[in-house]
Amino acid sequence: MSTDNKTNMFPDSSDLIEEILNKYPSKVAKKRAKSLVTNDPEIDQEIQSNIRTIPGIITQRGCCYAGCKGVILGPTRDIINIVHGPIGCSFYAWLTRRNQTDAGPDGENYMNYCFSTDMQDTNIVFGGEKKLEEAIREAYEIFKPHSIGVFSTCPIGLIGDDVHAVSRKMKEELDINIFGFSCEGYKGVSQSAGHHIANNGIFKHVVGLNNTDPGGKFKLNLLGEYNIGGDSFVLEKYFEEMGITLVSTFSGNSTMSQFENAHMADLNAVMCHRSINYIAEMLEKKHGIPWIKINFIGADATAKSLRKIAKYFEDEELMAKTEEIIAREMLEVQATIEDVKSRTEGKLCMMYVGGSRAHHYQELFGEIGMRTISAGYEFGHRDDYEGRKVLDSIKIDADSRNIEELDIVKDEANWRDDLVAKKTSLEDKGYGFSEYEGMMPDMEKNSLVIDDISHWETEKLIEYYKPDIIGAGIKEKYVIQKYGVPLKQLHSYDYGGPYAGFKGAVNFYNDIDKMVNTKIWGLIPPPWKNEPELVAKMADTAY
Amino acid sequence: MLLRHTTKDIKERKSLTINPAKTCQPVGAMYAALGIHGCLPHSHGSQGCCSYHRSALTRHYKEPIMAATSSFTEGSSVFGGQSNLIQAIDNIFTIYEPEVIAVHSTCLSETIGDDLTQIVEKARDGGKIPEGKHVIFCNTPSYIGSHVTGYSNMVSGMVKLLSKSTGVTNDKINLISGWVEPSDMREVKRMANLMGANFTLFPDTSDVVDAPQTGSYEMYPKGGTTIPDLIASGDNKATLAFGKWATEDAAIKLENKCKVPFEATELPIGVRATDRFIMELSKLAEVGIPEAITAERGRLVDMITDMQQYLHGKRVALFGDPDQLIPLVEFLLDMNMKPVYIVSGTPGKKMHKRLEELLLPTVPEAKFQNGKGADMYLLHQWIKNEGVDLLIGNSYGKYIARDENIPFLRMGFPILDRVGHSYFPTLGYMGGLRILEKILDLIMDKQDLESSEPEFELVM
Repeated sequence: MSTDNKTNMFPDSSDLIEEILNKYPSKVAKKRAKSLVTNDPEIDQEIQSNIRTIPGIITQRGCCYAGCKGVILGPTRDIINIVHGPIGCSFYAWLTRRNQTDAGPDGENYMNYCFSTDMQDTNIVFGGEKKLEEAIREAYEIFKPHSIGVFSTCPIGLIGDDVHAVSRKMKEELDINIFGFSCEGYKGVSQSAGHHIANNGIFKHVVGLNNTDPGGKFKLNLLGEYNIGGDSFVLEKYFEEMGITLVSTFSGNSTMSQFENAHMADLNAVMCHRSINYIAEMLEKKHGIPWIKINFIGADATAKSLRKIAKYFEDEELMAKTEEIIAREMLEVQATIEDVKSRTEGKLCMMYVGGSRAHHYQELFGEIGMRTISAGYEFGHRDDYEGRKVLDSIKIDADSRNIEELDIVKDEANWRDDLVAKKTSLEDKGYGFSEYEGMMPDMEKNSLVIDDISHWETEKLIEYYKPDIIGAGIKEKYVIQKYGVPLKQLHSYDYGGPYAGFKGAVNFYNDIDKMVNTKIWGLIPPPWKNEPELVAKMADTAY
Repeated sequence: MLLRHTTKDIKERKSLTINPAKTCQPVGAMYAALGIHGCLPHSHGSQGCCSYHRSALTRHYKEPIMAATSSFTEGSSVFGGQSNLIQAIDNIFTIYEPEVIAVHSTCLSETIGDDLTQIVEKARDGGKIPEGKHVIFCNTPSYIGSHVTGYSNMVSGMVKLLSKSTGVTNDKINLISGWVEPSDMREVKRMANLMGANFTLFPDTSDVVDAPQTGSYEMYPKGGTTIPDLIASGDNKATLAFGKWATEDAAIKLENKCKVPFEATELPIGVRATDRFIMELSKLAEVGIPEAITAERGRLVDMITDMQQYLHGKRVALFGDPDQLIPLVEFLLDMNMKPVYIVSGTPGKKMHKRLEELLLPTVPEAKFQNGKGADMYLLHQWIKNEGVDLLIGNSYGKYIARDENIPFLRMGFPILDRVGHSYFPTLGYMGGLRILEKILDLIMDKQDLESSEPEFELVM
């Protein structure tokens, strides 16, 4: 693919969309058509998302359990997460996400362990509640953990084991915090349902348990940052230098004690809107703590986000310190961009990942002159594409209705009138709260937005656009590289990173430079490819 | 310490598994299905199962692993997954055009009682399976057995739904492969070809999950056992099934269905298990054992005799699957090493019995357990009580190895952090050389790293 030479505009993708849909059975084509949108940032466009995946289509998506246990609860180190079900569910979520954590030399850390009730057929027939009870007791006796979480899997939901009742009973018996999650894999339509269920569970059972003032002048919660490849460690350093107390992070490098104290913060900064906006909303409803959307993926985005946080606290010294950090860090950023951009400028990328990463990483690619010709989420909702302004118009279907919405009431004893007043005064000065514009307004005209992309669509897109790099996950990695197109894993960073903050941006520019400019792609055709005589001789002797 | 909460103090656990030495059935079924040419595996359950299994296999092979899912929702879990599967079959044949779809169930579809036979029949009656195309299936409830059981069930599914007997016997044998790497399947074919055997190997993942980089993606790479070969397996004169846990059931089913007699051997790992495999192969295929094979055997025995001193008496802990562990233990014993601790999450009393036979005469102190309670946490606790010189198992062993400073040989599934297993075999005599080379590298590297300067040696 190339852009129009005169205007440098992306081509209209309607031919491509038609070709993609032509292959599908008509019902499938009709359904998929609503999830493929040729973008126009100037107008409001609707994209179908957060709906059921079509059976057999080959999707990237995982399940509710993966979103709950794997994504949200996985990165917290001082909780024993017991998966109630057959062995596989716990096995596959064992150390397969790269959430780093720093427990110090002797802090509690169960993240390297895998706990399961390993349900057998007799348990499925006769019920597994007794086994779960005993497993919780054994975990307590061996480890004496701070807390225990219990995760329900598909067959558990079907046979009707009540993980909540068992958790309540054992909490009483053992006198530590124990709570359950009904995150059976069949709930909802993707990991997204699991995020919501996890948010609800932590909010109900953990947040607000400890009213101790965490201390400090500026108190912040960082929401939706999972410390993949050490991202949180980078950000923690900036906050420390700025004099900001990071009360809790949901949930990179986190502990249950931090969550218990989260309602004592002055501001919630939301990184991954999709996975954690529920907690931000609930903290505001219950305690009056406002939230803002920030993004630490991209150097400019990091600078903007740090400034936005500093501005909230309305403190001259803090703002000056922030500018000092930005100025200092941008030196390396700019020097790297200058070097890398000469080799990356004008190259094309595509991204199909997550519920915010496909948006955030466009910033990073943009900083080294690379253009995003197509992008989409694996489990995003319409608000992640089109902005929160469409929230009220999203129809609640049967799959979403099954996910509980907590009824949050104001906590009079821990209500922050001061923050409510602060929000109003800042809003009057044009400071935006509770806003997320979504991905589509940030994308170029004619770029192709695709929700829950299928393998077939990926193939056609590669043929049509011939991108220089694609960002997706492990399942896509080697498929796409077989085409001779490098794939950057944006869940696991290909075991590199960190990519957050200024340091992370520098790492990312360099990694992308290496990937798109590595010599190996040039070695794919063997030198005898164009020497038919040689090929013929070899073929003769080989067979 | 990475596993800082693991202590010496072993408490009995009845219900809690910690750090399992197994995973669930469907991933094995998915892997086995990839060994059929032109096959798209299909997971009949929630999306997460398919996603997890594809991810695990992709990380292990660093290769495309394609599979589809029935994408169950809460509704399908209540009303049954029939319409999801029929729709999936229709979509897969229309969009992805495989020769065959290999469906396996999950704990979800098993618990609600979906009947795969009936659903596939309905798909056929409804015209959703194009002429000349196939849908095979097997039941893989995750709450029975382990990933090895799932592999076995899919291989049995191939026999049950494809093998046919025409009444005319072929001068050919079936080689039914246990759960091994594509490199191992390639090695078995090399040995069999060297012996002049006429055979069909199934499943065969070589040239599927080790495909070359050509700049173009092939959804169905050239490898895999073809459907005509699988159908004709019912006419072959005999079957040699290697890796009993993964293949014996299929061999029995083929005998019952098509009267093909069989022998089941252990995986040819090490000297004696390979000896037995080669002799069975020679007998069933009615071919001689060529000098080239004898020479390979000689090279392996030669290296063991040469390097005896580094191996003798070394204490080894192992975890993994019965088919690998049993011949591996025998191989270690033949090298005068001491396999002292062995765990496998895969159940089956035969494993315990076989290990007793192997270990009691020379390593009576050995502790071994499989099935219930046999997890890596227990293995680690045994090691904490008395240490070992070598640990062998899948990538999860690296946490124990680092905490306890034990040289660590990666073998088994999954290997997530190293490459090579898909390219270099551990089966056969040549595979034995590779295992031995790796063990020696580990032991000698440790000696080089830890010996004092005066004791540091050039020649070893």
